[in-house]
Amino acid sequence: MSGHSTYVPRTALGKWFEARLPIVRLLHDTAVSYPTPRNLNALWTFGGILAMMLVVQIVTGIVLAMHYAAESHIAFNSVEGIMRDVNWGWLIRYLHANGASMFFIAVYIHMFRGLYYGSYKPPREILWILGVIIYLLMMAAAFMGYVLPWGQMSFWGATVITNFFTALPLVGQPIQTLLIGGFSVDNATLNRFYSLHYLLPFLIAGVVVLHIWALHVVGQNNPLGIDVKSDKDTVPFTPYATSKDVLWMVFFLIFYAWFVFYQPNFLGHPDNYIEANPLSTPAHIVPEWYFLPFYAILRAIDFNIGPIDSKLGGVLAMFGAIAVLAFLPWLDTSKVRSGRFRPIFKVAFWLFGVNALFLGYLGSVKTDDIIFGAQAVVWAQLSTLYYFLYFLVILPVLGYIEKPKPLPVSINDAILAKSAPGSTH
Amino acid sequence: MAESDTPAEPTRRDFLLHAAGAFGVVGVGAVAWPFIDQMNPDASTRALASVEVDISAVQPGQAITIMWRGKPVVIRNRTDKEIEEGKTVKLEELKDPLARNANADAAADASDANRAAAGKENILVMTKVCTHLGCIPLDESGEFGGWFCPCHGSVYDTAGRIRKGPAPENLPIPPYAFLTDTKIRIG
Repeated sequence: MSGHSTYVPRTALGKWFEARLPIVRLLHDTAVSYPTPRNLNALWTFGGILAMMLVVQIVTGIVLAMHYAAESHIAFNSVEGIMRDVNWGWLIRYLHANGASMFFIAVYIHMFRGLYYGSYKPPREILWILGVIIYLLMMAAAFMGYVLPWGQMSFWGATVITNFFTALPLVGQPIQTLLIGGFSVDNATLNRFYSLHYLLPFLIAGVVVLHIWALHVVGQNNPLGIDVKSDKDTVPFTPYATSKDVLWMVFFLIFYAWFVFYQPNFLGHPDNYIEANPLSTPAHIVPEWYFLPFYAILRAIDFNIGPIDSKLGGVLAMFGAIAVLAFLPWLDTSKVRSGRFRPIFKVAFWLFGVNALFLGYLGSVKTDDIIFGAQAVVWAQLSTLYYFLYFLVILPVLGYIEKPKPLPVSINDAILAKSAPGSTH
Repeated sequence: MAESDTPAEPTRRDFLLHAAGAFGVVGVGAVAWPFIDQMNPDASTRALASVEVDISAVQPGQAITIMWRGKPVVIRNRTDKEIEEGKTVKLEELKDPLARNANADAAADASDANRAAAGKENILVMTKVCTHLGCIPLDESGEFGGWFCPCHGSVYDTAGRIRKGPAPENLPIPPYAFLTDTKIRIG
């Protein structure tokens, strides 16, 4: 995709370096001369925003680790110490805690962008699967990070989530004991979660490098979903993509700062400012907002399916909802990538988006709450059904029965047609 | 690598390669186990696996909760009414038909007698951890007058048996023994 390198070292030092480690050439080819489709919209800036958020989380996290103590008797107080005593501790902790939420907001936009424009389709299958792996690692990192303040939600979140494993027949209980290092969530659990919480971001960074590598082999998708055909279809990454990325990073940082400075606890739970108490469960346990749709799917399965009891069924459905993403490149049978040219897909896609938000809402309420005249759990069952129908039935079938609109000849042609005089746009 | 397609006699290099490979596999396995098993609870955690409790002050209708293996264990001195309610339930109405009593036979049914302490039908000793996802049920609540789990709405009766909600099993009864008439050792 990137063709031959255009980098020419100019200085003597540059030439000396080039002959020994051509890293400047690599960076130049990756972030300066790399050709990007000229029709990318703002949704394509979220990859850069995510890279920025990973750096923010690693930097703030390393600083927090200098003041935090992973020991069950003092963990809670050490976090309070960060908030009250450590110079600027409140800022760094709020940046880190809200940074996790911002990271997920950005990743969900990034994922829905890929879903709509068919960015998972050939030849970008590996690119997509690497993204799913990053998403899984992010969820593990976020869950373990949430346990560290050792508040009530930390403790009971850890208890409920590690208990998922007890749903497995025979091996479930020993696996859970192995994971938490005891008969209940305790100091051993806190210590290992801290260790892994520190490790995972660096694993994520490693997979991100693979993700970008794969991206640069196959090239970026674009809103039209058609392949780049000539140099006319592209512009160099710098300054075009760079400036657009930076602009949207600034917008995103304003949004992030608004939460950090004006609503720092809006996305959290008050119960987590109560120290963990193994003898008392909070009345209403809810995960962080970014897990709510999956939590709703977990609770939706309250019936036995043949030999699978409701507990195991819920856990399987929840993990299945994430695993199905990895198979998406082969589940969607349509040859056309972009949703712009797929009239029926468009409807199913937007319904999927609304359904995902609705699942999130259902995850936040009690299962027996009445919504639109029915119990929340009934709605959760219907929403879960649509979630899986979308991937397992609608996308495979649509490729055969849908008649897509005609595709433009090239990206350049489409842009010229749009700006031509007399055009309807 | 192979210079001809015909299988040749094994050479010294083949032998060394296979011997080293086999050695490596055994070595990786031997090192992997300590790295997995270190995550399991160690001997000091297991040593806490038994506690002694004096229940002489627990009057009928009262309960105490103590910690055993990091989990709450409730010891309830049940009232006559609670015992009566526990006894009148038909076994076929129960969601989980087994006693789940570590001191009784694994196949014992969930009758009130199999759930209560042997010879002391007023004393009920149970791990107060919901069998659904591990939350702590509330005492003296729920529509069966026993325990109610606030997390996902499981309801247990006066003998700690699951009656309603997503939990699959009755509250488990830990191994325990009466040391004297008023002293219990759990674990």
